[in-house]
Amino acid sequence: MQAMVYRGPYKVRVEEKDIPRIEHPNDAIVRVTRAAICGSDLHLYHGMMPDTRVGTTFGHEFIGVVHEVGPSVENLRVGDRVMVPFNIYCGTCYFCARGLYSNCHNVNPNATAVGGIYGYSHTCGGYDGGQAEFVRVPLADVGPSIIPDWLHEEDAVLLTDALATGYFGAQLGEISEGDTVVVFGAGPVGLFAARSAWFMGAGRVIVVDHLNYRLQKAQDFAFAETVNFNELDDIVVELKKRTDWLGADVVIDAVGAEADGNLLQHVTSSKFKLQGGSPVALNWAIDSVRKGGTVSVMGAYGPLFSAVKFGDAMNKGLTIRTNQAPAKRQWPRLFEHIQSGHFSPRDIITHRVPLEHIAEGYHMFSSKLDDCIKTVITTDGV
Amino acid sequence: MPYLDSDHDVVIDRDALRSRIPGWGADLDPAVRPSVPKERRDLSTGAHWSIPESQPELHPRERSIEHGMLPPVFGTVAPLHGVSGAVRRLAYARYSEGRAVHWLLLVLGDRIDAWGSHFRSLVDGSPDNPFTESGVLGEPRMRPLASRFGRGRADLRHVWLDPVVFVGPVVILATIAGIRALTKR
Repeated sequence: MQAMVYRGPYKVRVEEKDIPRIEHPNDAIVRVTRAAICGSDLHLYHGMMPDTRVGTTFGHEFIGVVHEVGPSVENLRVGDRVMVPFNIYCGTCYFCARGLYSNCHNVNPNATAVGGIYGYSHTCGGYDGGQAEFVRVPLADVGPSIIPDWLHEEDAVLLTDALATGYFGAQLGEISEGDTVVVFGAGPVGLFAARSAWFMGAGRVIVVDHLNYRLQKAQDFAFAETVNFNELDDIVVELKKRTDWLGADVVIDAVGAEADGNLLQHVTSSKFKLQGGSPVALNWAIDSVRKGGTVSVMGAYGPLFSAVKFGDAMNKGLTIRTNQAPAKRQWPRLFEHIQSGHFSPRDIITHRVPLEHIAEGYHMFSSKLDDCIKTVITTDGV
Repeated sequence: MPYLDSDHDVVIDRDALRSRIPGWGADLDPAVRPSVPKERRDLSTGAHWSIPESQPELHPRERSIEHGMLPPVFGTVAPLHGVSGAVRRLAYARYSEGRAVHWLLLVLGDRIDAWGSHFRSLVDGSPDNPFTESGVLGEPRMRPLASRFGRGRADLRHVWLDPVVFVGPVVILATIAGIRALTKR
C-alpha cells in the first residue's frame, strides 16, 4: 500500500509499505478514504515531538471502510464505513470508565502522561496513522463509529479531531450566557472553538491571529470580531481595551507549541527544541483573561517544560482547564448541531490533496501558502 | 468609575444573537454539553472486557518506567534499532517522564535517527530527495510570493531559520561524503 512516511524534520515522502495486519484480537484494518493534516501534525513534521521515528506514518484524522476485523470484534463488520476518533482507548480502565478516553492507561507503553493517538509519535504509543491507504485500528469495538448515511464524509473527517477538539475547548471554558470569549488562533480548532462558544451562549467572541485570511474566515464562519496581533504594539492591552479593562471572561488557546509573536520563545521551541512549546499564546491568554476567569488550553504542547507565566495565573485566581479531547464523547451532540443546520463544518476546508502529493500538502500548510486553513487527503485519486 | 460600570454585566439581546448566529444558545444549559461534568460513569463505550486481552509482545517493547507493566495494547511500528535505538532505550529504561533528561535523550535519538536514515538512504537505493520530500516543488501552484509578502505575517521573522533546520543535515552529510571521496583517492 502507499503511505506517507516521515523522513526527518520538514521531510516526508510516500512509500510502499505492507498493509497492516491484525496484531490484537480486537484490531480492525481500515481502508482509508479520507484523511486530513492537523495543525498538530506540524509539530511532528517540524521534529518537535520527542520520539518521532523515521519511517512512521502520521495522521490521526481519518475515515474509511472496514477491510478486516480481528476474531473478537463484535461491533463492526467488513465493509462498514467508519469514522475513527483520534484517541485510541480501551473503554474500561480507571480513566475510560470516567469518560476520559483521551487519558486511557492501557494503550501507550511509552508514556503515562498521554493516551494513545494514531500516527503521533512513540510518545503517543507508536501507532501508524491514517495518511495511508490502510491503517490498523486497535480496540475496534470501542473507538470507531459507523458513519451515519446523512453525514457528509468531509464533516465526518473533521469530527475525528478538529471539530470535536474545538467544541470540547469551548466546553472547558465553562462559558456562561453573555460571556466575552477570546480565542487565540484562527486555525481549524480555533474556528470551531469560536463557533462553539456561541452555542454555549457567549455574548462576544474575539479571535486573534496574525494571518488576515484566517481572520476573515473567523468573521465569516464564526461570526467573530477579529484582531491581528501583528498590527498592534501589545495584544494584551488591546484585549483589555476591548473588555472594559477587566479582561475576557474566557480565553481559549487554540495555537499551542509553535505560537508566533515572540521571536525568542518561538525559536527556542520550534527551531531548537529547547522548550516543549512556545507558550506565547498561552501567556497572552493568562494576561488577557480577567481575574477569576478561565483559560482553556486546546493547543498541543510537547512534554518538555515551557516558559509559562504561572505566577500571573496564580495571582489572578485563574481556572486553567486542559486535556486532549475525548472525541467520540462529543459526537452525538455535534451530530445534532450539524443536522439542525447550525453550521457546516466542512466550510473550513480549503484544499484537497491526493496522498501521492502529501509532501506538498505539508509544505503548503506549514508555510501557510495559498490561504491554506484545512487540507483533506484523498486516497482514491480525487 | 470605569471599573464599576463594566460591560461584563450588560444584558445581552438574545433574540438579536439568535437571528444573527444559527444555534446561538443551543448549549446554554450545561446539562447538554457532552463533557460536563468532566468525569461521568454512565457512558457506554462498546467494550466487552474488563481488561483488554494482551497483545502478543513479539519483540521486546520499551516502556516508560512509570508504567508498572506493559499495557495490553501498543503500537509496533519502527522498533528500536541502531544507535538511535540505544539512546532511546536508555531514556526509557533509566529516566521517568518527570526528568528532562528523558525527553532530551529522546530528542537526541530523533536527530540521530534522522541523520542515520538520510545516510542509509544514500546506499539503500532510495535516497532522500530534499526537493520532493520538502514539498517545495509544489510552490509555483501555491502563490508563494503573494502568500508570504505584504501580508504582515509574524512568522516571516524566523522563516530564514527553516533552511538551517532543513538543509543543515544535508550539508553536513554531503561534506562527510565529499571528504570520504577525496580521502579515498
